[in-house]
Amino acid sequence: MDKFRMIFQFLQSNQESFMNGICGIMALASAQMYSAFDFNCPCLPHYNLAYGLGILLVPPFILFLLGFVLNNNVSMLAEEWRRPQGQRGKDPAVLRYMFCSMAQRAMIAPAVWVSVTLLDGKCITCAFCTSVPVETLGNTSHPGLSQGEMKRVLARIPCKEIYNGQELIANEVAVRYLRCISQALGWCFVLLMTTLAFLVRSLRPCFTQAAFLKSRYWSHYIDIERKLFDETCAEHARSFAKVCIQQFFEGMSTDLASAHCHPPRKAPADVGEAAEKLLGITDQGTMNTALKSWHRCKPPLHLHPPALPSGNGWAGEEQPPTHPPVPRREMAAYYSRV
Amino acid sequence: MDRFRMIFQYFQSNSESVMNGICGLLALASVKMYTCFDFSCPCLPWYNMAYGLGIMFVPPIALFLCGLILNRQSLVMLEEWRRPQGCRKKDLAVIRYMCSSIMQRAMIAPVIWIIVTLLDGKCLICAFSSSVDPEKFVGFANASLVQVQQLLAKVPCKDDELMRNNTSRKAVSKYLRCWSQALGWSILLILIVAAFLACWLRPCFNQATLLQARHWSNYIDIEQKIFEETCCEHSRLFAHKCILHFFESMRQEMKLHSFSLPREGEGAEGEENLLRDITNKDQVNKLLKMWYYEKPPLNVSQATQRHPLGRDHKTSKIK
Repeated sequence: MDKFRMIFQFLQSNQESFMNGICGIMALASAQMYSAFDFNCPCLPHYNLAYGLGILLVPPFILFLLGFVLNNNVSMLAEEWRRPQGQRGKDPAVLRYMFCSMAQRAMIAPAVWVSVTLLDGKCITCAFCTSVPVETLGNTSHPGLSQGEMKRVLARIPCKEIYNGQELIANEVAVRYLRCISQALGWCFVLLMTTLAFLVRSLRPCFTQAAFLKSRYWSHYIDIERKLFDETCAEHARSFAKVCIQQFFEGMSTDLASAHCHPPRKAPADVGEAAEKLLGITDQGTMNTALKSWHRCKPPLHLHPPALPSGNGWAGEEQPPTHPPVPRREMAAYYSRV
Repeated sequence: MDRFRMIFQYFQSNSESVMNGICGLLALASVKMYTCFDFSCPCLPWYNMAYGLGIMFVPPIALFLCGLILNRQSLVMLEEWRRPQGCRKKDLAVIRYMCSSIMQRAMIAPVIWIIVTLLDGKCLICAFSSSVDPEKFVGFANASLVQVQQLLAKVPCKDDELMRNNTSRKAVSKYLRCWSQALGWSILLILIVAAFLACWLRPCFNQATLLQARHWSNYIDIEQKIFEETCCEHSRLFAHKCILHFFESMRQEMKLHSFSLPREGEGAEGEENLLRDITNKDQVNKLLKMWYYEKPPLNVSQATQRHPLGRDHKTSKIK
């Protein structure tokens, strides 16, 4: 008992650290995914922007949704939100607390992806290479090109092998410029996220501590209650199944005994446990019939009260109906006493 | 069993060492981040200074905030600071002690970043290459002002076509690097001497107050942890009772509806006790449906148990 309580406390008080662990793993996975991903800028005027911004924004969205999916408290939140009120009021503060804590954890991996992308610089270089200020960075002596032609040349900046605008603007100069902007954006994003996280965490004790303690308690309670209910149902199902099967075997053995016109063998008192466990089935034919009957027609989900001792070898009903039945034969009334 | 208790006790009594561990990890992470970070100076006149100083100062701010966020004690301190006085007086010395220990730990990773940056030198070279005096360097002394600015701005970029084999570039670069490393080592020396002095001189001032403050700050931390654990245990027991009451009330309701004759013995078989008179498929389905559609009220006092229909007149809401 003590042991279970200790384990439970450990798991419960550490469910948050379990969730933190999962969210740390997802953050690492997102950094690893980025480094494994083979970034391949198309180097064409309008495709660049779409590709660059797509790589910057679509994977974080997917990671955010994945963060919700992997969080096993989401079903708990949904259940609590949708249940009918019944006798127990619903507290929106608890729902808000549960949603906020899940959303905060789910935001970490996308934030890591966006930071790593911006600090690396390839995405922004690809997306905004056509917007480089050629007047300030480029060679002023170059003859003017048409707008479209210039865009096509600039679009090839990320692809060094096919870049043909070295006279217009040096490739390294443009790449350094774009990378500097990208890294500046990246660090500003990191600073913004940490400032937000800091504000969220530090303003809470200043304003809403009592409400927070309440919401936290009741959200833990809902989680524990759900788990305990599942355990209790599992225990009940186990007992139900055991009694159902026991009654099936008893019914089987009584049936077969009466069909062979033998009186039911009362096991002598000193035979021992093994004989009892045989449940009255002691030969191959009987066992085969029992197995076939189990397969062909399983007993109904309806347990009988325990049997009274009886001297006659009459056969009871094999399959009592699921509702409180009207006894068909007077001798069967004994079976139907539900 | 014993092991769990030991681990628990270790974490409870050594929250300071847990905090130290986190702060060490953050310091290592800051060094790793710097080495992974691909420093790329823009080599343009005004951008250099902004980029160089930005890389030197913005990440430390982010690391400092991270150090505050990851430290559990900062929350404890804030709660203690903002709580209503109630029956327990607030001791400002304790709050000050907690604040200073949190700040000290949070400052370690930013300081390491700054020192590593200075010792490496790239940031300072990038930021201040346009600010060196061109007269000191042979290659730049004879050029016009604008040209000098452009050339000096390109010093951090070794691979630039203008700078590829320029010896003056190397001279400027070495000069700035020397300054940067000197600054880095000086800061490191000053900080270590300050830490040393603080450790040695602290016992000379107010040692008793310090011991008290440390004890009570530990106490506040442990008290909060134990409160959370007690709440968890309480909610488990509450849930257990609530579910048992629910099953009991369902059982009574079904007994009423099914017109059953009283059974011979309540404790007939051990297994059947567990079944609680819910012994067929429909009853189980009804129980599960009731659990969803009408969860029992959050009230496990004895009076609610005896109502035959299992419904509670006092509908208690979550307050």
